[in-house]
Amino acid sequence: MMKSLNAFFKSLLLIELLQGMAVTGRYLFARKITVQYPEERTPMSPRFRGLHALRRYPNGEERCIACKLCEAVCPAMAIQIDMEERADGTRRTTRYDIDLTKCIFCGFCEESCPVDSIVETRIFDYHGEKRGDLYYTKQMLLAVGDKHEEQIAKDRAADAKYR
Amino acid sequence: MEFFQSLLGPAWPVVWTLVKIIAIVGPLLLAVAYVTYAERKVIGYMQVRIGPNRVGPLGLLQPIADGVKLMMKEIIIPSGANKKLFLLGPVLAMAPALAAWAVVPFSPELVLANIDASLLYIMAITSMGVYGIVLAGWASNSKYPFLGAMRSAAQIVSYEIAMGFALVGVLMAAQSLNLVEIVNAQKGSSFFSWYWLPLFPMFLVYLISSVAEINRAPFDVAEGESEIVGFHAEYSGMAFAVFFLAEYANMILVATLTALMFLGGWLPPFDVAPFTWIPGFFWLIAKICFVLFLFLWFRATFPRYRYDQIMRLGWKVFIPVTLVWLLFVGAMMQTPLGYLFH
Amino acid sequence: MNAQTLIFYFFATILLFAAARVVTARNPVHSALFLVLAFFTAAALWIMLQAEFLAIVLVLVYVGAVMVLFLFVVMMLDINYDTLREGFWDNLPFALLVAVLMAAEMAVVVAGRNFWANGSGVSPVIHGPEYSNIKELGRLIYTEYVYPFEIASVILLVAIVAAIALTLRRRKDTKYQDSAQQIAVRRNDRLRIIPVAADNKLRQKHEAVEQTEKQS
Repeated sequence: MMKSLNAFFKSLLLIELLQGMAVTGRYLFARKITVQYPEERTPMSPRFRGLHALRRYPNGEERCIACKLCEAVCPAMAIQIDMEERADGTRRTTRYDIDLTKCIFCGFCEESCPVDSIVETRIFDYHGEKRGDLYYTKQMLLAVGDKHEEQIAKDRAADAKYR
Repeated sequence: MEFFQSLLGPAWPVVWTLVKIIAIVGPLLLAVAYVTYAERKVIGYMQVRIGPNRVGPLGLLQPIADGVKLMMKEIIIPSGANKKLFLLGPVLAMAPALAAWAVVPFSPELVLANIDASLLYIMAITSMGVYGIVLAGWASNSKYPFLGAMRSAAQIVSYEIAMGFALVGVLMAAQSLNLVEIVNAQKGSSFFSWYWLPLFPMFLVYLISSVAEINRAPFDVAEGESEIVGFHAEYSGMAFAVFFLAEYANMILVATLTALMFLGGWLPPFDVAPFTWIPGFFWLIAKICFVLFLFLWFRATFPRYRYDQIMRLGWKVFIPVTLVWLLFVGAMMQTPLGYLFH
Repeated sequence: MNAQTLIFYFFATILLFAAARVVTARNPVHSALFLVLAFFTAAALWIMLQAEFLAIVLVLVYVGAVMVLFLFVVMMLDINYDTLREGFWDNLPFALLVAVLMAAEMAVVVAGRNFWANGSGVSPVIHGPEYSNIKELGRLIYTEYVYPFEIASVILLVAIVAAIALTLRRRKDTKYQDSAQQIAVRRNDRLRIIPVAADNKLRQKHEAVEQTEKQS
């Protein structure tokens, strides 16, 4: 009886509502945690899985040996590889395409690569103006790798002891 | 002015009234635009965000950018929609929201039409706002807008009763239906003589049911963006923008009415020197802003009511509360303590 | 012809047009909306007759509430327009007969007195701006006509109670939610926190560890 009377007055006097408003009222003056994205960025893990890149050895030879492990493991079937044997007897790709509209950025290709050729970089703010722009060919992937090799190598080194 | 008067002759009163209407509607629409900005900022701050800050300094040009965007967009009319009524919907939502301002006083002299029954007029005009919503929902020929329209119609009609009773309390206390006289009747030495105190339950009921009346959170089931999207789901471009404007114009209207009827309109909080220096108009604006801020605060705080609980609140809580307080006020006015309620 | 007469004829034309469309419009939603228009213009005419209270109440009650519910119902109906128009020609003679009868009755009752602008009735008094229609109405209702007024309101109340009593029936097999009950629930009515054995063991372990740490 006493309890229900208590509850009745509590609801009639809007006490719980006022308590709720006090909470939001306090947060009105709280320090804001918004990150102003293009100017400020949140810290990023060396394992970040962004845009793909194909790497080269320091002597300029491309790493990929066309083993097609990545193509096989890719759950989204986003990778297409053709290969041929070169004059010097090494296996190399003639085609290495990633369809980024299919890719789910799971990182399996990177994990499966025996020679650390295909990697995912920290780059996430790229765009395409039409669908075809997001179909990355071997040349484009190599270009990404060449441009960001320094960062890629640093990230691999930072993560090496956990692999 | 006399020059124009002689130039226009008999057409002068019409022209002069039109000028006054523009003088009210123009700033009103600008205020509407900036209420949307204030809403985004205030709710953002309460959610530990900072809200719009990219367009112009502090994001102050954001509402203009939004307006331009909506104006450029195509108005899509769904196939199978009733085209005439579909386009009539936004008009019927907007017209009452603006027409009600004809009798709203901004200071004892500053009012377009100081009519006797201005309170009744406002109630009658605002009760027509529901047609825009109902028509929009029906003419869209689509399930979810229709559901939203049905919800809104039932909700608005129910809450109008509680709101009406709350206003009956005010007119009993002021003994007038004229808004100017209602404000003048609240005159006293301090803000304790305003009607929010003697009519406190009615003030609360009016405040809450006006939130329900304008379909705002936590009573925004007519829109309910997470479940049914609402009566304007099929609208785009300027047609949608008009609904948006109507909602915010209504919001400012009920905030103004709350300020006029319960918070003493243009009266200063204390009738002594430093407070009386500031013109009454600014006190009114300050009070309107306060009520508007409350509306935004509600939206940032409370989750949406379930539909049957809204109806229960309206019929089983608010109407009895107002009826009991009406009786109480009526009885008290016959006793020696009656001066408290005048 | 002065401006006032002009405005009167303007509203009267709209009123007649809207009223005619109420019965001729094919879509019932359009009919209902034309009825709203008719009410609204009628209210405008009443304002011209200085009956502003009645005019505003007409808008408030009929346009703002009753017609919304009408529209509410009409919109929910699934009407087949073809079956609706079936048998129109068969019923037309009867309908015409009834209509003519009603028109004639109205003419007999009304025409004798106030049918024409200044027929035989007394032309209404023009009141000054000080005159308050609402005050006068209130005074009349609560003094001269207090008994008819109170009796009418009691009859209406009885009608409401009767209508609810006749239609209200509670079936035993329907399931419904009671919001009041749902709101009244407190946390402790529904939630019981039971100390779990595993937790106890863990806690004892922790306490034991703390004990040894303290001792060392």
